Amino acid sequence: MSRTAFRSLSRAMFLGFVRDRTALFFTLLFPVLFLLLFGSLYKSSTAPRVSVLEVGRVSLLDQAESAAPGQLGKVLAITHTADLQTALADVRKGDYDAAVQQSGRTLVVHYSIADETTAGIVQTVFTSIVQQADATAAGSKGGYQLTAAQVEDKSLKPIQYLAPGLLGWAIASGGTFGAAITLVNWRENKLLRRLRLAPVSVGTVVLARVGVAVAVALAELVVFLAIATTPYFGLRLASYWWMAVPIVICGTLAFMAIGLLVGAFARTQQAATAVANLIILPMAFLGGAFIPLDYAPAWIRDVSYVMPLRYLVTGMQDVMARGEGPVSAVPAIAILLCLAAALTAISVRVFRWDSV
Amino acid sequence: MSATISVRNLRKSYGPKVAVDNVSFEVEQGEFFGILGPNGAGKTTTLEILEGLRKPDGGELSVLGLPPWPRNTALLPRIGVQLQASSFFERLTAREQIRTFASLYQVPSSRADRMLSLVGLDEQAGVKAEKLSGGQAQRLSIACALVHDPELVFMDEPTGALDPQARRNLWDLLRKINADGRTVVLTTHHMDEAETLCDRVAIMDDGKILELGPPAALVRALDTPTRISIQSGLLDAVAAGQLAASADSLPADHIPGGAGSDIGVSDDGVSLTFATREPAVILAELAGRNAVAGLRVQGATLEDVFLQLTGREYRA
Repeated sequence: MSRTAFRSLSRAMFLGFVRDRTALFFTLLFPVLFLLLFGSLYKSSTAPRVSVLEVGRVSLLDQAESAAPGQLGKVLAITHTADLQTALADVRKGDYDAAVQQSGRTLVVHYSIADETTAGIVQTVFTSIVQQADATAAGSKGGYQLTAAQVEDKSLKPIQYLAPGLLGWAIASGGTFGAAITLVNWRENKLLRRLRLAPVSVGTVVLARVGVAVAVALAELVVFLAIATTPYFGLRLASYWWMAVPIVICGTLAFMAIGLLVGAFARTQQAATAVANLIILPMAFLGGAFIPLDYAPAWIRDVSYVMPLRYLVTGMQDVMARGEGPVSAVPAIAILLCLAAALTAISVRVFRWDSV
Repeated sequence: MSATISVRNLRKSYGPKVAVDNVSFEVEQGEFFGILGPNGAGKTTTLEILEGLRKPDGGELSVLGLPPWPRNTALLPRIGVQLQASSFFERLTAREQIRTFASLYQVPSSRADRMLSLVGLDEQAGVKAEKLSGGQAQRLSIACALVHDPELVFMDEPTGALDPQARRNLWDLLRKINADGRTVVLTTHHMDEAETLCDRVAIMDDGKILELGPPAALVRALDTPTRISIQSGLLDAVAAGQLAASADSLPADHIPGGAGSDIGVSDDGVSLTFATREPAVILAELAGRNAVAGLRVQGATLEDVFLQLTGREYRA
């Protein structure tokens, strides 16, 4: 591979991109506008308060309350009751979201999964309370520390869904449209043929194009983080947020591979745009980009598993917002890379240099 | 010393359609070679096979002593291919375009800039390719094809959609390229272009070469009458008829333009036209009678050769 050729091709493609106002708008500005719009719309709405029946005495709740007075009440509305059977009936009917009882060191939480959102919150809140108690028990004296921050950490605020979701959508559409339209345009205007007639390897051309796309995707990441972490939106990045970088790169590869396949079949730019829209738009709704999967109906959550976008979005959410470790990103990265490899292999087989 | 291009019994079909049917020819070093033919004659396919873009179904083929298929990176730097005037990177200026192509051949930017001057695009160097006029874009595309100083240049209908000025301008450029010692192969359906530029032309139709030779030789071989026109009314019909008959020794009852005859005299009210094989006699007589106003003498052109070979019906 020639380095001069690679550099000048990358430069040519990069200039071609930044001088295209429409492309710039749709890849960078449009998703940011979405972020500003949705971010502002949902800013005031916090996670819904969960109503909990305290059956008997649950000392863990008292500990949590005394550790951080007033904080627990922001998340849980606690009602005392004595009878477990009536409490469970109430939960079944949906009058209360959960019933909780403690026997010795075991905390039992009863909840219905009729409303998955609330169920999720119940789970995370109590997991967090137990972890907190465990942590303090292992430590020295009784310095309980249930701060509001730690409780809210787990219950994702809208911006924590929105930023990775919309970023994932931006990267998916940028990669797919970029690859498909470039391929179709270059075939139509015979630039592809011109490159084939030059002593430059196909790998160099592809690598230059992918390099530019990855650079653009990382620029999107930077812009999104810069906006979402402003005090106004208040996104707090978890410690391993930088794992979003490899996820973004792999996501770009996967969605460029989708675009490559679209471009291999589409004959005109209009056709390529239509097909790419047909793929990306439903995926944005079903893959957790526009509708957070935690709040989505069960069927959407089931369908989301076959949406490549799901892995890009949830992978980023896990490391950026949920505070999961770097290893949590590995499955998402592996799935995206496998998809990229498989689709590229198919594209190579159906690739056409010329329209005829 | 083998020929620059040597093609023997070349064949290529697309499904049932035979695009190139047993074609053989050679192009010598430094030659300006034209492939003429109506649309769909197979000239573009022939060119694409020579460039290494398509795989021939059969036949022997060598370009600069090398096989062009499969993609031959030893051959690519030695050939230049001019494509459509739109085969550029999007939104790059003329200078950026040619420098990018130069870098693909490891050619320094300074040479790219010189090529831009050679095709007269110094003033448009900073203009984006999309904004260039048809002729300017065509010249840029030729400059890009020549940036690595190839020995052999292929052009597919280089003056396709240009106005007469731009065409003349481009012809000068093409002559210059050829005068530098490069071999040029072009396809065209402009007969005047082939006649002015080409040392030799191959006339193709239905995938076959029908005729091959220098344009002048092909025209001469056609042996068509010369057409001499003067303004109507300078000569009355009887005198004109007698003159035509005596010059070509026609029988007295000859019907001008009748079946089996392409010589005689006709008058359309604007011009009086003699079609004759003895132009000297007619011209001398007309001069003697001082009937030369609006005189025009037309010999056969390559177009006549072409039409005779390929017929006059419309093509796709």
